[in-house]
Amino acid sequence: MAVKDYLRERFFPHMWCPGCGHGTVLNGLVHAIEKLGMSKNEIVMVSGIGCSSRISGYVDFHTMHTLHGRALAFATGIKLSKPELNVIVPMGDGDALAIGGNHFIHAARRNIAMTALVMNNRIYGMTGGQYSPLSGYGTIATTAPYTNIDQGFDVAALSMAAGATFVARTTVYHVHEVADLIQQAILHDGFSVVEVLSQCPTYFGRHNRLGGPVEMLQWFKDNTTRIGSKAAAENPELIQRGIFMQADKPEYCTEYDKIVEQAMAAAKA
Amino acid sequence: MNSQLRFVQGNEACVEGALYAGLEFFAGYPITPSTEVAEHLSRRLPQRGGKFIQMEDEIASMCAIIGASLTGHKVLTATSGPGFSLMQEALGYAVMTEIPCVIVNVQRGGPSTGIPTHIAQADVNQARWGTHGDHAIIALTASSHQDVFAMTVEAFNMAETYRTPVVLLFDEVVGHMREPLLLPEPGEIPLVERLKTSVREGVDYHPYLPREDGRLPMADFGGVHRYNVTGLYHDMWGFPSDNPKVVHGLIRHLVDKIENHVEQIARYKTFYLEDARTVLVSYGASARTALHVVEGQRKRGQKYGLLELQTLWPFPTEVVAEVCAKAERVIVVEMNMGQICREVQRTVRDPGKVFLANRIDGVLITPTDVRQVLRLIAGQGV
Repeated sequence: MAVKDYLRERFFPHMWCPGCGHGTVLNGLVHAIEKLGMSKNEIVMVSGIGCSSRISGYVDFHTMHTLHGRALAFATGIKLSKPELNVIVPMGDGDALAIGGNHFIHAARRNIAMTALVMNNRIYGMTGGQYSPLSGYGTIATTAPYTNIDQGFDVAALSMAAGATFVARTTVYHVHEVADLIQQAILHDGFSVVEVLSQCPTYFGRHNRLGGPVEMLQWFKDNTTRIGSKAAAENPELIQRGIFMQADKPEYCTEYDKIVEQAMAAAKA
Repeated sequence: MNSQLRFVQGNEACVEGALYAGLEFFAGYPITPSTEVAEHLSRRLPQRGGKFIQMEDEIASMCAIIGASLTGHKVLTATSGPGFSLMQEALGYAVMTEIPCVIVNVQRGGPSTGIPTHIAQADVNQARWGTHGDHAIIALTASSHQDVFAMTVEAFNMAETYRTPVVLLFDEVVGHMREPLLLPEPGEIPLVERLKTSVREGVDYHPYLPREDGRLPMADFGGVHRYNVTGLYHDMWGFPSDNPKVVHGLIRHLVDKIENHVEQIARYKTFYLEDARTVLVSYGASARTALHVVEGQRKRGQKYGLLELQTLWPFPTEVVAEVCAKAERVIVVEMNMGQICREVQRTVRDPGKVFLANRIDGVLITPTDVRQVLRLIAGQGV
């Protein structure tokens, strides 16, 4: 199937700002799915609220645009009730880790097979540029006009601590990595997290004087490196990209099937 | 036959009703006094291939059942006041997206943590208006375990018929007390199964285009029809729209599909109403007290009658107006500050004849409490 067949073309052009990185995530996602040769009927995309969450409108899957922060909770109901479905959950940084932080860590803890895609642009875009749990100390936002004194999360470290069994990070500059990591995350039998650093030139870039989209993409290139690279050893300040964790642990729906077997046997006895 | 007779708590009667109705998926979070619903279902559901999950909170529980309903399953969650508060946003999402689900609220005293192990009936208006924005809702209640069973089945049937969340407003006394329950035979109570679309694969399916009768056939998520579901105002394909005509059309549809069927949704019981001069209106555990008072007065030759409401929302206005029309006095017996009393006052021609007999201290209202109110109204003192 051609990549464009996975898209709902009648809804283009998309609603994201010029220079936004989210379109690149969409690009990587559909390429990953095309490479996997998946049928559109077997994919459910569940999103929350925010700029990132509008991604679900543009893909021709079963799509559910839910409540701010709650996408993983809805997705858990879908997955457990019909485990044969592939469930992909794109979220923004505020969506996933502020209002949705509790659902995020508990979905990771259960190791339920679904793919959480954290589209991290370090800002609340749809409401006009307020700081998120990933903005980071010392940044500027409309609600941190002096400076942001909130420390940020490390999404990868948080995901691993919470129990996610596949954890990866990349940026929209590294578009082939986006596709490749999403592909591996979808194939993983457990809770997978892919954090994609994405640029918001409209708010995060402008408030923090980071230039336009080109300069912000250049920043991703200059300030990140592959996990275990020589550059990483020489400069610990660099953000590492790649797969942080890939582990084999009992998957929730598979484990529940065993409960069903046990309960049915007990009921017969 | 005897094997179908159980001596159970009200919460277990609710579980039996849900299983009879075809429950397949439950998500919940422990909270007194509803926890037994979750405990029993964690054991019973997997025995029949169903799914039970204890979520991280009530918000997630409500979201999870909506997701599971969308894949074509009958779903339930159970909670009490504080948890019901947390569920309100997602309950509104189920209203907006027209996804069938049933929410049990075994009421305890509030506000806040309130009085967890004691009775109240003070979430009546929360069930009606707890979520933001204009909408219609169905809320049912019951006073005995046989009726808890029956209303639970009704709740699932109505959720499917009207594609809406249905709230079961039980109370701590009904939830926790034990009494006999006779399980009906399969088929004895008719069940409403999900109306699924007959649109074939490859043909354009409109998830939000009502048929002539107002009903919307569904397609399971994960099936052959892919569509969008959103809490935003949406068109017949389920895609967001801010077109004023679409917005107006959808809110009218969401309200009308329920408010135009008040008569079909109304469930109630009548006791000694034919010639009643004093009418008691009550529901839930309070209705047991009210019935005791009515029967006592009848023995003394007093013309008392009882209207026991089982549908609280949409409020069965016509039934209440008719029953109260000839009454000299109407006494609403409930365990709150007059939430249904206010509805009755708005409904009858002469609101001055409507009085509240209530109790709000976590103790079940007694016949003595009601009789004292009756004496006060008659000018006889306590």
